[in-house]
Order: sequence, then structure tokens, then C-alpha cells
Amino acid sequence: MSLYNDLRTSAELQREQEDGHRHCLRICRAAGCLSQHNDSITRALQDQVHGQGLENEVQVKGVGCMGLCAAGPLVSVSTHEGESVLYQHVSEADAPEIVAALDSEPVTRLQLDTSTPFFTRQYKIVLENSGIIDPDNIEEYVAADGYRALNTVLSEMTPADVIREVTISGLRGRGGGGYSTGLKWSTVAKAAGDLKYVICNADEGDPGAFMDRSVLESDPHRVLEGMAIAGYAIGAQKGFIYIRAEYPLAVERLKTAIRAAEKKNLLGDNILDTEFDFDIEIRLGAGAFVCGEETALMASIEGKRGQPRPRPPYPADYGLWGKPTLVNNVETYANITPIIRNGGEWFADIGTDNSKGTKVFALAGQIRNTGLIEVPMGITLREIIYDIGGGTPQGTALKAIQSGGPSGGCIPVEHIDSPVDYESLTRLGSFMGSGGMIVIDETADMVEIAKYFMEFCMTESCGKCIPCRVGTAHMYRLLDKIVRGQAAQSDLDLLEELCDLTRNTSLCGLGQASPNAVISTLRYFRHEYTARLIPEFAEEGER
Amino acid sequence: MRNHKSVPPPSDDKRWRIVEATMRRNGYRPDALIETLHTVQESFGFLDDTALRYVASKLHVAPSQVYGVATFYHFFALKPQGKHTCSVCTGTACYIKGANKILDNLQTHFEVNPGETTADGQLSLLTVRCLGACGLAPSVVFDGNLLGYMTAEKLHEEIDEVMQYEPV
Repeated sequence: MSLYNDLRTSAELQREQEDGHRHCLRICRAAGCLSQHNDSITRALQDQVHGQGLENEVQVKGVGCMGLCAAGPLVSVSTHEGESVLYQHVSEADAPEIVAALDSEPVTRLQLDTSTPFFTRQYKIVLENSGIIDPDNIEEYVAADGYRALNTVLSEMTPADVIREVTISGLRGRGGGGYSTGLKWSTVAKAAGDLKYVICNADEGDPGAFMDRSVLESDPHRVLEGMAIAGYAIGAQKGFIYIRAEYPLAVERLKTAIRAAEKKNLLGDNILDTEFDFDIEIRLGAGAFVCGEETALMASIEGKRGQPRPRPPYPADYGLWGKPTLVNNVETYANITPIIRNGGEWFADIGTDNSKGTKVFALAGQIRNTGLIEVPMGITLREIIYDIGGGTPQGTALKAIQSGGPSGGCIPVEHIDSPVDYESLTRLGSFMGSGGMIVIDETADMVEIAKYFMEFCMTESCGKCIPCRVGTAHMYRLLDKIVRGQAAQSDLDLLEELCDLTRNTSLCGLGQASPNAVISTLRYFRHEYTARLIPEFAEEGER
Repeated sequence: MRNHKSVPPPSDDKRWRIVEATMRRNGYRPDALIETLHTVQESFGFLDDTALRYVASKLHVAPSQVYGVATFYHFFALKPQGKHTCSVCTGTACYIKGANKILDNLQTHFEVNPGETTADGQLSLLTVRCLGACGLAPSVVFDGNLLGYMTAEKLHEEIDEVMQYEPV
């Protein structure tokens, strides 16, 4: 197809020009590093390069997330032979030294050792372009094989072929549920009706999770391409990205990316000179956690209050404005392009029997290497926390790992050798969730943590169904009573009863999962609860 | 049913044109409600009754429904905000790293509760659920700037510097 080839040729021409530069200075421009006076660092580096007349030899560019947020602001220096050095905690004042060191030994004072497990143990599929390409430059994405998959799909594959490839890959939803992506796509494709929608769920509401923000800020075209391929596969002409208003930078980058793709005829009518039309519109969330639930999300896109409704009917049959709708998460779409490019079987070879591919995790809390990592499914928690994460910062003992956000649970240190995949985490009473991992050390109080999550669920409850609206408030009051040391055994019994009730009778996932933090901390850290009960009552309860 | 064109803006304030433009771009469809409220808030800083009624009649949505939407989403403010805004992240990572201490300190120091504005209208204190900047925990957004690795002392300095705030 000539249009794609033209695009590719011009993108490669640009890359060749860049390769003419002997060095490339890449500055992380994702939200974490950007907030640390990153603009002035970029300017200082540019000034140095210009001041020494090195414009034709040294390229300075802003790129997406390099992963190790704890060491930011990060700057990477590479030669076109492929050698690279990573500098950490860079400040404006370091610019002259960095530029002066280009042709000699690196600045050891700032150098970050990239032979550590944090870098070597990762396996990057979703993040392959993050920290390498300029997210605002579509040519760089195209030169990095971007939109090749869309071109292949439109010119050589039928929608059924695409769905078959995705099914073979074994990809499962990365938003948390873990539903088979291939199965979901084929259900929507089979649904009756000409008008269908594709939705990208970028309402990353789990506190402690920032994978989707990072992907959108670092490589937005990858998500657009995944959505367009999905649109072709299921027969939709319209896509929506529902994104949090709390992520202004990601919204800006997405807008730029959509405009650029429209201009290059990669979105819009007759994409790449074929019959296929596909538009993408951005819809801003407004700070409601429940909108991450798919039916609430669709209500919000329709301009209504974000309240869920019972399923079935599932969105695949009755979704946005009553039409068949495909809802997938950012990371799921980000996996589509490599699956099409390399084939479903390639993807299915990575990971475990039931959980294929890689998963991006956000490491935060009491951990040395805070940041974003991508690892193959099936890796153990120990490898993630100790090898990649570097353990706790002050050498305090690890107590638990909280995964899955407010809907997840706390996994105690005894289970640190468990593999990370959908089923294993569920067995441990937690949940894959979207991929936030909060490391908790011995100084933490587990009842306080359970109370924190319950407060979150209570304030975020949409109020539609009684078990969640009243249940979370009541459970919160009981937890508060326990924390204050005013509770008796009967309060704890009531708390457990309410956990069970809320879990089994709430309308949507938010309510059903709201007691998870309590249930998992009771399962593994019950003594922290009982130690606080009023003694005489506690004895009475045991009798 | 009245035509949307027959509803004049509440005043000749030029900012209504921006609001009008958002509604026009969306074909005055009821589903443009949230988008429109975002524009009103961006232009005026908050949503007052006049704005809600105007949007309701323009988009043919019942005023009760508009009010319902405006109060449902945390992002929308129904009261005027202070000259400066400070949002403390209370996401899990920030919580683990002591966001509550920062919040308590601000509350005492500036005599303001989360979600409220100081009596002199200088500072609004807000909380947010995770800014996605967990690598910088605890983090705070002050007047649109993301500040990482915050402590109560550092934040005071920052606020005092910008506001030259003289505590009463």
C-alpha cells in the first residue's frame, strides 16, 4: 500500500538525519520528571549544545518515561553506535559537564548503573518505545515500526483474521478483570447492528497506579493504533478514550497524537486509502472512581452521572447508547500492535500457561526503586520487590504488598515467592488489578490501611445500591472504632458479616470488592485487629 | 420545546462564548453536558446556579439532572475557589509516605478544612485521589504545579513564597 510506504520512507529519512548526529540526549518528559524543573534542564542542555556549535552532532529531545522515577530527573545519552549512559538526579547546573563528557568518559558522579536487575530483568513490549521516542512526534513512532500493524491489518487481513491472532496470543484484559481479549472482541464482532463503538478505559483511578498515565504520556500513538485495529476487527467506526481530568499532560499528548494521525490519514475517513473509517474522540472524566467500571464509564460518556447498571446485558450487546461496545484498558490496546506485528504465537510464548505476555507494574510505597516496570507474567513477587525494586529504602523489614488498588488486597511477606499472574494473586486474596503495587514495611499498621481503603470506597461509592452505600459507611465506622481501641469482639464479628454481605450483594465491582482490604488483612494480620479489642469483651467473645 | 438558539447567555461576559463554542462543537447534544461543565469551570473557576440553568436549557437537560451531574463528580466546584489552590494527594503511595501529616499541618496552619477556602479567599485546600506521581510521593499540586517529595515545612515555604501569605 503506497500511502503507508510513503509515510514510512519519510519517517525513515528523518531518522537517518538524526542518525547523522553522533549523540542523542534524551530527557524524560513524563509527569514525574517533568515536575522537577525539567524545562530548565532541557534548555540548559540545548544552550550548551548551541553554545559549542554542536547542533549538527548532538540532538536534544524530550522523550517519555524511562521507568526509574525515584532517580529523576533522568537524562540518557547515546551514541549512534548504540552505547548509552543514563544520568540520574540531573539538574540545570550539570548541563555543561554532561555535554563536555560526550566524547570522553561519562560523568561518574551522575551515572546510573544500568546493569542492575532493575534494568536487566525487565521485558519491554508495551513500554518498548517509552523513553526512546518523542511522544509528540508521529514520524518517530512510524520509524519505530508504528502503524505497520494497522497497515498489515487493513491490507492483508480480514477482521476474523485479526480476532484469531488476538485469540491465539492469549492476551487477557489488563484493566484488572483478566477477561480474554480475543473472546471479548469476537463477541462484539458477532453482535448484531451496524453501529458499534470502541472505548479505551483510561480512567486509571486506583491510587498508586500510574501505568496508563505513563503509556499515554510516552507513546500515545501505540494506543490509537491498537484502538483502530480493534475498530476494524469488530466493525466500529468510532472510538472514545475516557481519561481522567487529573492527567492533563496525558490528555494534551493524546490530543496532539490524534491530530497528527488524522493529518497523516491514519485516523479519519478512508484510512490509508482503504474503505475503513475510524475516528477517536477524547472524553474527560471528572474525578469519580466508579467510572472505571465499564457501565458507569459509558453513562459518563453519555453525559450522565457515572452510575453502574446491572450486567447482563453486557456492553458487547448493549453498550454506549445501547449499541454493541468494546471496552478495553489502555495497556490492553498497547499490546495489540506488537501482537499483530510478531504474531499471536510469539506473544503466547511469553508468560505462564494462563497468563500470557508481560505486565506493567507501578512500584511505589516503601521501596527503593520507585517507578514503572514491565515484567513477564509468572515472575515472583520476590524478584519484583527485591531484585528489581531494590527492597525497602531504610532496610526495614517488608511486611506486605498491596496490589490491585482499593479492590485488591494485602499479600503478606510469607507469600513472597508466589508467581505473579491472574490466578495466583486471586488465590492469595488479592487481585491483579491494573498493576499498582504498594510496598508496605513493618512500620505500617494494617488496620489503619484497611480503614484507609474503606474510607476510599465509602467516599467513592456512587450511592445507587444500598449494600455498597450503607455497607461501606458502616464498615468504615467499625474500623474506626477498632483503630481507636473502643471495639469489642462483637464489632469484629459484625464487620466480618458486613464484608460478606457487601461482597455478595453489591451491584458493581466497586461495592463487591470494597471489603477486600479488610478480608485480606483479617486473613493474614488478624492479631492486629484482636490486639485492639477491649480485653474483657475479647475474652467474652472467645468463650 | 424551545430551540437552543433562543436561549441567550446569562450576561454579556465574553467567557460565555467559550462555553457556547463547546456546546456548538458537540451539536448541543445532551451528552455534551460533562464536556460543557468542564468548559464552564475552566472559564469561570466554578459552577454557579446561573451557569447550571443556562447549560440545562441549552442542552435540553432537566436542571435536576444537570445539578445531579455537577454534584456527582468531585472535579466540579459549586463554590468560588480561592486565589490559590493547594491539592494534597491522598493516594496510597502518598498516604504510606505521610500525606496525612501534610494535610493536618496545612489545616492547622491555614485554618481551613479540605474542600474549603480560607476566610480571606486566598487559599483553597483540596485533596485528590492519586495524581499518578507515586514516584514523587508525597506529592502536592500547588497552583497547577506538581511538587514532589513534600514535607509540611517545604510546602509552607512554597506557599508563603507564592502567596506572601501572612497568617492572621
